Amino acid sequence: MVAATSPARRRATLALLGACALAALVGAGLAGSVAVPVAELPRALAGLLTGSPDGMAATLLDLRLGRASSAFVTGAALALAGVMMQALVRNPLADPYVLGVSAGAAVGALAALLFGAALWLVDLGALAGAVAISLLLYLLARRDLSGGRGGVRTGESGVLLLTGVVLASACMALVTLMLSVAPESRLRGMVFWMIGDLAGTSWRLLPWVVLAGALLLALRQARALNVMALHADAAVTLGVNVARLRRFLFICSGLLTACAVTTGGSIGFVGLVVPHACRHAFGPDHRLLLPAAALAGGGFLVLADTLARTVLAPQQLPVGVLTSLIGVPVFLFQLHQLHVRHPR
Amino acid sequence: MIVTHDLTLRVDARLLVERLDWRVDAGQSWCVIGPNGAGKSTLLRTIAGLRPADAGTVTLKGKPLPDWPLPALARERAYLAQSRGDAFAYRVIETVLMARHPYHADRYWEGSDDHAAAELALRTLDVLHLAQRDVRTLSGGERQRVAIAALLAQDTPLLLLDEPANALDLAHQVAMTGLLAGLCREQGRAIVSIGHDLNLAWGGATHALLLHGDGQWRAGPVGEVMRADLLGACLGHPIAVIEHGGRTIFLPAAQDAAGTVPMRRVQ
Repeated sequence: MVAATSPARRRATLALLGACALAALVGAGLAGSVAVPVAELPRALAGLLTGSPDGMAATLLDLRLGRASSAFVTGAALALAGVMMQALVRNPLADPYVLGVSAGAAVGALAALLFGAALWLVDLGALAGAVAISLLLYLLARRDLSGGRGGVRTGESGVLLLTGVVLASACMALVTLMLSVAPESRLRGMVFWMIGDLAGTSWRLLPWVVLAGALLLALRQARALNVMALHADAAVTLGVNVARLRRFLFICSGLLTACAVTTGGSIGFVGLVVPHACRHAFGPDHRLLLPAAALAGGGFLVLADTLARTVLAPQQLPVGVLTSLIGVPVFLFQLHQLHVRHPR
Repeated sequence: MIVTHDLTLRVDARLLVERLDWRVDAGQSWCVIGPNGAGKSTLLRTIAGLRPADAGTVTLKGKPLPDWPLPALARERAYLAQSRGDAFAYRVIETVLMARHPYHADRYWEGSDDHAAAELALRTLDVLHLAQRDVRTLSGGERQRVAIAALLAQDTPLLLLDEPANALDLAHQVAMTGLLAGLCREQGRAIVSIGHDLNLAWGGATHALLLHGDGQWRAGPVGEVMRADLLGACLGHPIAVIEHGGRTIFLPAAQDAAGTVPMRRVQ
């Protein structure tokens, strides 16, 4: 019998990743300018769960875990969106931002920041920008997203990718314009938003709902995703409705990205490198890749955010800086290892 | 099995095939022959359901192609594309297991029956030893054999192959031709394949469809259609048919004095 990786082994991989993510969350709760002793953890957690955080430890834990949960859901959403986007354009170099969703969000958020709007308006601006750019892109490239059985070869023309890249650069021009006319006092906040920052985020339900929904729906499509990633539009001959699947990927990854940038600004690197690293480590099978990337992305961003607020404490760094500083060497090391083991 | 009625194919404004009435039955192996750009692949994509007919109808087992649900259709016909662009590092065994997709929408992981089918297909195409390799590291011929193995694992009564002999070495070309002929003869499957090698077509096919590229076509048993005059008119180059040791061999005829390039003489 030819051995493919057994389901049991895949489950073990996921369990391991889940444990790592959990460890990162616990670490995020304990670490900080005032450390929470491990011994106080159960009591503080119990206080949190019963809804009456009393005492120093419980309050700290509430704040930190709130932020860490935001970090986790943002990282998981970005990584998941990255996997979907790479499957959608059939290019492992794509990331969730490649189609300009984050650039659109940046225009909305920075406009709100420029006029000194309240924080919730900044979030709303980001969401509106992301949704607007997605709709525009869908209208411009809908021929590329529909079709399938209709006759036009989908996906291979690159219309979607090119349109997205062009729209993204138009948005970036607007962003640069706003940065150059912005008053000094607001510039810092704007730049921090651009780099990606999780400071001040707390418990929020909506991103979790979107993440859980997207992951469940994507898992149902995981086999079809494999077929499309391999065969492009010839996946139709294996019974996959390619047009519908591509629309699903577009909408799902757009929603996830919009959620992520609304929570944490345009945090770079997670959406490109986590899917990549997971592909190297666990293979391109989406049935394993989708949940693995979500867990790894979440855990990675929690770790990066914990470091961002502890390395130079009490100074807090934007988490986007940390994701790149950790991600790049880890990724390069992994890439190098791979080439040593499997020279082409 | 598959019947076309008044099928017309156009690419942009160019008319490729006009009013094709054609019938492929179980147990028949058809070879589609024609010059470059004559619409061979367009025809194959049309009867595979990948593009709509420009006019006329295609029916499979009596039911018009657009009325078939995609998963059910995928259990009836398999399609080998002319070329593949592998963007991701799937392993050979995974690509073959994926061909089992139409059989279980309800399964998340493949079962042992799928593994058995995949292993058999790989062994048949002589690529079992490549099972764990990354498809992007294979040579062109190895990749082609893996793709044909996936087609076999899909296990359909109708096989549509766009240039299956592409990139195969001589031994594997002959083996593949024999394999396809055997599938028709012994299992009653129907095959439509595109090929440029007339000798392989003669050896493996029972029927041939000539496409001229200007709308004209001719279909029939190989003995009636693969004649030197018809092939020459279709391919735009005179063809010589030689009987040698009980075998029929097709050769491009040497150009006469007025011809352009002198062909190398066949000794």
